[in-house]
Amino acid sequence: MRISELPRPSPERLLKQVQAEESKRWGARLKIFLGYAPGVGKSYRMLDEARRRRERGEDLVVGALQGQQSEEVQAIVRNLEVIPPLGTPSGEAVDVESVLRRAPQVCVIDPLAAKNPEHSRNAYRWQDVQELLRNGISVLTSVNLLHVEEYKDKVQAITGKDTAETIPKSFLLAADEIVIVDVPPDLCLWRQGEKLTSTGISNQQERKLSELRELALLLTAEVVDAQLETYVHAHGIEPVFGTHERFLICMTPHSNALPMIESGKRNKERFQGDLYAVYVCEPGQSRKDGAKIRRYLEAAEEAGATTEVLESDEPTSAIVDFARQKRITQIFISHSRHDGWRDRLFGDPVLRLMRAAEGIDVRVFPH
Amino acid sequence: MPLNVTGKRGSLKVYLGYAAGVGKTFQMLADAHAAAQRVADVVIAYFEPHARPDTIAQAQSLEAIPHRKIEYRGKLFDEMDTDAVLQRNPNIALVDELAHTNIPGSERAKRWEDVQVLLDAGIEVWTTVNVQHIESLNDQIWQITGIQVRETVPDWVIRQAGEIVAVDVTPDALLNRLKRGAIYKPEMVKKALTGFFKGSNLGALRELALRQAAHEVDLRQTAYDESGAYQLPRISEARQGGVVDNQPKEHILIHITAEPSTAMLIRRGRRVADYLQGHCTALFVHRTPQLAELSTDEREAVEKHLRFARSLQIDTRVISAPDIPKAVVEYARQSKVTQIFVAQSKTGFRDRLRGGNFAESIVRLAQNLQVTVVADRTHKPVA
Repeated sequence: MRISELPRPSPERLLKQVQAEESKRWGARLKIFLGYAPGVGKSYRMLDEARRRRERGEDLVVGALQGQQSEEVQAIVRNLEVIPPLGTPSGEAVDVESVLRRAPQVCVIDPLAAKNPEHSRNAYRWQDVQELLRNGISVLTSVNLLHVEEYKDKVQAITGKDTAETIPKSFLLAADEIVIVDVPPDLCLWRQGEKLTSTGISNQQERKLSELRELALLLTAEVVDAQLETYVHAHGIEPVFGTHERFLICMTPHSNALPMIESGKRNKERFQGDLYAVYVCEPGQSRKDGAKIRRYLEAAEEAGATTEVLESDEPTSAIVDFARQKRITQIFISHSRHDGWRDRLFGDPVLRLMRAAEGIDVRVFPH
Repeated sequence: MPLNVTGKRGSLKVYLGYAAGVGKTFQMLADAHAAAQRVADVVIAYFEPHARPDTIAQAQSLEAIPHRKIEYRGKLFDEMDTDAVLQRNPNIALVDELAHTNIPGSERAKRWEDVQVLLDAGIEVWTTVNVQHIESLNDQIWQITGIQVRETVPDWVIRQAGEIVAVDVTPDALLNRLKRGAIYKPEMVKKALTGFFKGSNLGALRELALRQAAHEVDLRQTAYDESGAYQLPRISEARQGGVVDNQPKEHILIHITAEPSTAMLIRRGRRVADYLQGHCTALFVHRTPQLAELSTDEREAVEKHLRFARSLQIDTRVISAPDIPKAVVEYARQSKVTQIFVAQSKTGFRDRLRGGNFAESIVRLAQNLQVTVVADRTHKPVA
């Protein structure tokens, strides 16, 4: 549990690298339009882009369409080349073989989350999409928050709607581009056939949609953050600080960590940020304080923090290095019970950290 | 001037983007067309004359109020004719570019002030703004992009909005638009590519905009839950009752000085109080009653900072005491402050021998209070 020289690549980044390498030769790109509910206008946004691409000379076909289409969408589709899906009694599947034979630059797949009928080439439509990408065909596709596996339960808890057709979140994180199609809930309801009310949340249904909307915005922000990280890595440039609050709790044997953990939890929730907690061990201390360390680390993890133990005889610089690596925006530290001679010799550790943490806020807690 | 017969304030809708060309105005006009079909009386109150061709096409079938021409230094400038909009008294007025600073000689300094006049008259206003213009994000934007944005809108103006719409587009698509010349004229493109459109900037700004939109959506849910019906969320008051998550209400005290870093401290304090749904006070302490220890420049700086704090709806207090750090900490204890915000001040070894710098004195004195030492975000840390 030491801090390593270089941050380990996340599974998402590895997956992205693999996908990027596979499709790079061909320049195939995956672009996903995300919506928080039916009626936000994902299909329209996507097909409108398809229309514009077609007008600019891109070779584009449509591989799948939603069952129900608005008039605006129908008007666009009439001017596009459609490769009809394979129909079976138990449902439809993208005609992957025909699309591959036709070999366009771009294929539109609407929607992304669908289970293919039995005996299809692939079990899920998202696997069809991967096959197209591997063969150098770019894909424009759309997905609803409900159909993202990791969000399924949350959405169900809010709306009561369930689905068997999901895609993994990692698929979104690995996309080349993601775009959120955002409209106010009242407009979304209006498109679903409800009467339009005034601006702002005015009934329970809008309240529920508003929750989904917040989740979708934050999911998109997360994907954008992962893309930023990839970009920063690929270009070897300085990490970007401050797009998103990241709190770091510093726990030492001589400080009271519990109020910091509680506050960290609340800040994480309020700011929709990330929480880290490090336990700083100086050589020789670890055994004596073992029980305390475990208790603090457990409490921090329960509060949703990612924890790590730093061993260093230079605790201040170990903390600051860790904070820079994790793009921390605020460090929490607590006054320690004074152990006199150390402070007189090296100065108060709180003050030392304040001086060293350039560019990062330091919040000092009472003992 | 028409009277606001219902006495109800107009509602505000904000289209939030992260750069020029993301399609805020286009989206606003498209929604306006849909609204006009539903028999709402919509007019364009202000529309950038240098707009993109497809945006101009969207605008054409809507009624537009002619701009006011204002002469400044021998040149004519276009501004919104607020009086003419009031005369016309539509249901909905579309006002592009909320953060715009009016040309000298205009009635009001900022376009968002003109928007307040329309709202007061009961007119619903739809407007556009980019995330980098939000006042409390100013230092973060500087930290991320290296660009200091001069035209800002106080957070409470955005908070008035009944609805926020995030207008999203991918940076790739945006860069394509830019290179095709769909956003700026060719001579401007190069400049844009070294500014906000450079490298990781677009992604970072986009993430900020998405998070800001999520936060605004969240505040409106809370306001709805509290009232059982829709109410405008107010800064610091979105949750009533003084208790948030069974915690005492946060009260942040911002220590005001003549130092330029105070502006950053005010923005950061405002933002944190806002997110934690707490209260915010700005305090200035001077040693002598007549402020004799301050030079004219310092006094002006302090006054500017106090005005700035008030413009962000922060209460201000000025007190006199011989020992400043002690007075700040005492005030904090008496006023049940939960966090003291002070700026990190760089001092050399010699200052430390003479009793340390200000932030350190506060930290030492306020052992039983939380103190947040706010970093100077304009300096990039050396990696």
